[in-house]
Amino acid sequence: MATIVPISVSVGANRIIPTVSIPYPLGNPKLNPVEEKNLRRQLVEKALKALQTDVTEQTVFTE
Amino acid sequence: MSYRVLHYINQFFAGIGGEEKADISPEIRDGLVGPGQALNPALNGEAEIIKTFICGDNYFANNIDAVCAQVVALVKEAKIDALIAGPAFNAGRYGTACGAVCAAVAKECNIPVITALYPENPGVDLYRKLIPIVESSDSARGMGKAVPAMASVILKFLKKEELCKSDHSCLMEKGIRINMFYDENGAERAVAMLVKKLKGEEFTTEYKMPVFDRVEPRPAVKDMSKATIAIVTSGGIVPKGNPDHIAASSAQNYGEYDFANVKDLLQNEYITAHGGYDQTYANEDPDRVLPVDVLRDIEKEGKIGKLHNKFYTTVGNGTAVANALAFGKEIGQKLRDANVQAVILTST
Amino acid sequence: MKLELHRVKVKKWAFGSATGFANATVTVNKEELTALLLQDERLAGIELHLAHPGDSIRILPVKDAIEPRCKLEGAGEVFPGYIGDVDTVGEGKTLVLDGAAILTTGRLVAPQEGIVDMKGPGADYTPFSQTANLVVYITPREGVVLHELENACRMVGLKTAHYVASSCKSAKADKVDSYDFPPLAEAMQAHPKLPKVAYVYMLQSQGLLHDTWVYGVDAKQILPTLISPTEIMDGAIISGNCVSACDKNNTYVHLNNPIIESLYKRHGKDINFVGTIITNENVTLADKKRSSSYAIKLAKMLGVEGLVISEEGFGNPDADLIMNCWKAERSGIKTVLITDEFAGRDGASQSLADSCPEGNACVTAGNANMLITLPPMDITIGDLPTAEVLAGGFFGSMNKDGSMDVEIQAILSATNELGFTRNGARTE
Repeated sequence: MATIVPISVSVGANRIIPTVSIPYPLGNPKLNPVEEKNLRRQLVEKALKALQTDVTEQTVFTE
Repeated sequence: MSYRVLHYINQFFAGIGGEEKADISPEIRDGLVGPGQALNPALNGEAEIIKTFICGDNYFANNIDAVCAQVVALVKEAKIDALIAGPAFNAGRYGTACGAVCAAVAKECNIPVITALYPENPGVDLYRKLIPIVESSDSARGMGKAVPAMASVILKFLKKEELCKSDHSCLMEKGIRINMFYDENGAERAVAMLVKKLKGEEFTTEYKMPVFDRVEPRPAVKDMSKATIAIVTSGGIVPKGNPDHIAASSAQNYGEYDFANVKDLLQNEYITAHGGYDQTYANEDPDRVLPVDVLRDIEKEGKIGKLHNKFYTTVGNGTAVANALAFGKEIGQKLRDANVQAVILTST
Repeated sequence: MKLELHRVKVKKWAFGSATGFANATVTVNKEELTALLLQDERLAGIELHLAHPGDSIRILPVKDAIEPRCKLEGAGEVFPGYIGDVDTVGEGKTLVLDGAAILTTGRLVAPQEGIVDMKGPGADYTPFSQTANLVVYITPREGVVLHELENACRMVGLKTAHYVASSCKSAKADKVDSYDFPPLAEAMQAHPKLPKVAYVYMLQSQGLLHDTWVYGVDAKQILPTLISPTEIMDGAIISGNCVSACDKNNTYVHLNNPIIESLYKRHGKDINFVGTIITNENVTLADKKRSSSYAIKLAKMLGVEGLVISEEGFGNPDADLIMNCWKAERSGIKTVLITDEFAGRDGASQSLADSCPEGNACVTAGNANMLITLPPMDITIGDLPTAEVLAGGFFGSMNKDGSMDVEIQAILSATNELGFTRNGARTE
């Protein structure tokens, strides 16, 4: 899970989830705590979904 | 008085046999064997192969440390001044063996060493940073070129003479970056390089764009509700006080922390040690980098089997790829040993 | 825009009863300067020290380095948005105390950087071992929040630089350098046989302690834009970046940008230097994409054939550098990149975090991970224990005999990516 996806791709990660921002990849201080936790939850669920997806090459999971 | 050289070769070049003899244990002979007969005259009487160490490629692969120790012992006992291994061309096990014995002897005995390998030989990536390697062709047809190249280089090392231009062109790049002061500042050099590039003139880049390795993707997790998931981060989240002193930049270590009873990473209990981003937000709520709170919820709901009780952390700021590789291997092994099925890695 | 830099050569500082210049020496009235700086209520104390080349002095952690400058003629005042008002600067005449630097230090925030040794092996890696330095040691007031402290400290450096220069206005210049950057319409028509070239100037904008300011605007908030080199010479670009000593652009190197110098030297001879584009290095992918596309679009609007691109920092900004590079190259614009390297202490790792095959012309400021042992110095100005939390320092950096093992990453401007120094690297 990383914000600067081109770097993740360059260095060879196979399952990549784009995140919010470098200092808070799984957060967003502009949101209230409930919204922020929801956002974090959604991102982690994407990650779990990616782990359950077979891939043959480097894949960025946007949905 | 000429220098005393040890020559390392495998069962094939010793004329003992092919694959069927790859298991032979080490044998030490006086004088020249196989390619040593071509190497010796190339040493011009200034050095002489006085012993040849023969070992089967499979035997070596199964007894790396023991055989290297034997070679080192022989070097000391026979007062050897230099080691020549191979040439191994594109033979993978042989090339790896040559690299390994050269590296061991260079380290333990501090004498000049040389081998010759084809660039794709796996021994190259393993040893190029540690020992000098002459670039050879992919088969023994290249013997005629490899031999004089190795001889020229090893003689210069022995006589402590500067390598000449043709020596340099035969040797593979170690691929190590060494700092140096140029005559002009970087800005001058950049503008000069641009002018050349615009004119279509030849120029030499000071740094070649890096290449990164690739790994095979692992198959998907079949049943997440039964899986143990671990979390690992390069965002530098550590227990307050940074007990393992992970550096703010160029980390030389990683931390392993038990968080079995932690439901949520709280401000002041966990901090970030990473010096490469604005720490304010991670320090306020470390879950923003290591999402423990939501993973605990997900665990409680049964959507994953279990959250592994340890998390691993390092600082990814200016941390060398080689270090990251080493950390990754160790952490991976620990997670494997703990029966973890999948890992979520977060970075900043 | 036309600007003359009136360079007054300085060899020494001294403390005395009146701030002014005579015989290559700048004298400073301690009380007057201290009182001026302590007008800022966020500060509890100010101490002034001197450090000259060859002194057995170590200064750490250095927050910023600034060159004393002030306007002699022309609109506005230096450091617009801070000292000067926000209107455009860069024309007329500006006084430069050449050979002098202000260094700010103190136990302010963590991690904060870097080290300046005035002699010994460490001195070879910083340009500030060659300048005569007025060191301002800042003690903040308790309870002041971090971003206020950062601002207070920044203002100390700028105020000091301006105050000192302003007290030396009557000094006669040893050298006058003239810069003339005509309006674009003229610049485009000039030197028809020479290739048009521009400079893409990347500015660090990653957040608190990693920021840059342009006319007082946080560079995080800008879209890439054009700027005249003379505006930069009058301090339009200020460093708020006090992490990563080796490759952050402190205010001094912004003022003395060597790429602009080198491009100008060749202007009209090998190249037609038509423009400077500033761009940022933000922390989201969208911002990186937007800024790189926008900066290169400006280059295309200028119709340039070539670009020099300088990075600030390392790691995620490598992504910005690489995007700028391939977007330019694929538009038919040739590039040269200036970066530094993080190849590990053994020099064996990949030096950049990102890569593109188009980056075939690259100048390096050296491997920042190289280890160096800095011998003990007689005097330390600043806060010694911070050595272990500086980027480039580590737990155990400090040795009992007073020497320090650090990476050159911790030394101020050791691998500066404006190409300020002769430092570089090669592959063995």
